[in-house]
Amino acid sequence: MQQTALNFGRRAAHSALLSFTHPSKELLHRQRPLLRHAVPAGFPSPAVDYVERRLSLDEHMIEHNDSTFFMRVKGDSMREMNIADGDLLVVDRSLPSTHECVVIAVVDGEFTVKQLLHTQHGHLLRAAHPDYPDMQIKPEQDFSIWGVVKWSIHQV
Amino acid sequence: MPLALVDCNNFYVSCERVFNPKLEGRAVVVLSNNDGCVIARSSEAKSFGVKMAAPWFKLEIFSKQQGIIALSSNYALYGDMSARVMSTLSTFSPKQEIYSIDECFLDLDGFAPQSLASYGQTIRQTVKRNIGIPVCVGIGDTKTLAKLANHCAKKGFAGADGVCDFGLLSIDERQTIFANIPVGDVWGVGRRITQQLLSMNIQTVEDLRTANPDIIRKQFSIVLGRTVQELNGIPCIDLEETESPRQQIMVSRSFGSSVTSFTDLSESVAHYATLAAEKLRRDKSVACSICVIIQTNSHQEHEPQYQGSLIVPLPQPSDSTMKLVEAALKGLKTIYRSGFRYKKSGVLLMGLQPKSTIQPTLFDDPIEQDISTSLMQVMDAINQKMGAGKLSIAASGICKPWAMRREGKSPNYTTDWKELPEVA
Repeated sequence: MQQTALNFGRRAAHSALLSFTHPSKELLHRQRPLLRHAVPAGFPSPAVDYVERRLSLDEHMIEHNDSTFFMRVKGDSMREMNIADGDLLVVDRSLPSTHECVVIAVVDGEFTVKQLLHTQHGHLLRAAHPDYPDMQIKPEQDFSIWGVVKWSIHQV
Repeated sequence: MPLALVDCNNFYVSCERVFNPKLEGRAVVVLSNNDGCVIARSSEAKSFGVKMAAPWFKLEIFSKQQGIIALSSNYALYGDMSARVMSTLSTFSPKQEIYSIDECFLDLDGFAPQSLASYGQTIRQTVKRNIGIPVCVGIGDTKTLAKLANHCAKKGFAGADGVCDFGLLSIDERQTIFANIPVGDVWGVGRRITQQLLSMNIQTVEDLRTANPDIIRKQFSIVLGRTVQELNGIPCIDLEETESPRQQIMVSRSFGSSVTSFTDLSESVAHYATLAAEKLRRDKSVACSICVIIQTNSHQEHEPQYQGSLIVPLPQPSDSTMKLVEAALKGLKTIYRSGFRYKKSGVLLMGLQPKSTIQPTLFDDPIEQDISTSLMQVMDAINQKMGAGKLSIAASGICKPWAMRREGKSPNYTTDWKELPEVA
């Protein structure tokens, strides 16, 4: 393989030598690389002084980059809080789970999206749909809050 | 100068558990590429006696009987979770050295010494809450001590709730703990050095700490001499904040099933060269040569064995997929022998240097190089937007019959819109 590299080098040297003695069109072209760049010659844009950054949805919706995750809604248990089947949830794990916020909870190893209520009997998960009853979390149940839902993004 | 070493517990298993809470409390192992061997174990799997690097085919039946869950590795997930953990940890100190995918050092110089353990707790709770990954924190005056403190925190030898600060222990307490830890658990003391140390009757960490550093340096190396000093609280190994640039890039994989034909083999080599070239461009480097490697399965002892490798120099240092694939295939043609069942192929990019510092030669063709750079930029942009591997060169094949087996891989929960976790 060393051989190949050498061959390549020799061939290149040969052709370069030829080009110097007989300047070809190609060589002339190569000697003017600057001409390949556009030179702005018109009137400078008056908008230049007013350029601001374009709006970013990421910036708008994500407060904490490292602790924000996306999830997909399955089912309509949160319909009346405008969280529909197929919606995209923006979930922030770093936020405190306050009374009445919408959370991703883990109940007996399953993810669920519900409204969290702090009651005198402990945590209560409430759906936003008449067919789904409240779920009072019993002390023996395997329960944790996974994150707080900040946004639900619904495709129109 | 106190330092903390923050290390994620059973990192790959923990990543899987964040998105699959049912794995909590179960014995879980993560397998290497092609489900070859165990590369991560939950504490439950460890208590079943499953060893690190244990070959899966030997464990499969036992695991099924015991209900151990085996997952194929999901590096897209682990990489993203690692980035989140490291970025969160970087907010706890002005100086951070990311040591591996799941551990980093933090400089705690200037923090009040009495409050370091509670700061460690804050670190631990924050990472657990924000990312969902459990970590242990070890605090000591040197990197070696911080590593050892982390080991103690993890094993529960010292400290509490996953945080161990050696600064809080009296000299006596420390000596007692050190006298109970085998010397092989010290950072940088490998299996061979351990054997030699044992023959010199240096069995525990305390034995090594009190060993004569001059003798250690003479009999072993400067490196182990430093370890002895570090165990005595004298810092010898600096915090490296900036990652030292890579010297080599290796991409190699074993095949899902054995490969015999030159076509399949060349497809795999072209594919790995493509991946290596992408890494190279991300690093803004160029390579001077590429090494091709092919080998048969050494575990199948009754089959004929062959290993071939060849270094192919590039005419000019390059980061172009086309150039690297061309060179790799040229090399493969030379080393390929028919009649063997190949198990693995790979490429190694060598002589890496920053692209910005290439010395142009007299015979370079600047126009061709510009075109090549633009082409690669377009390819990378398309693949970034549409998903990895969407646009690739035809030489790397379409069907990829040799591709890896990853039967139990979890979805790419955080890196693919189509694979987000679902919630009812």
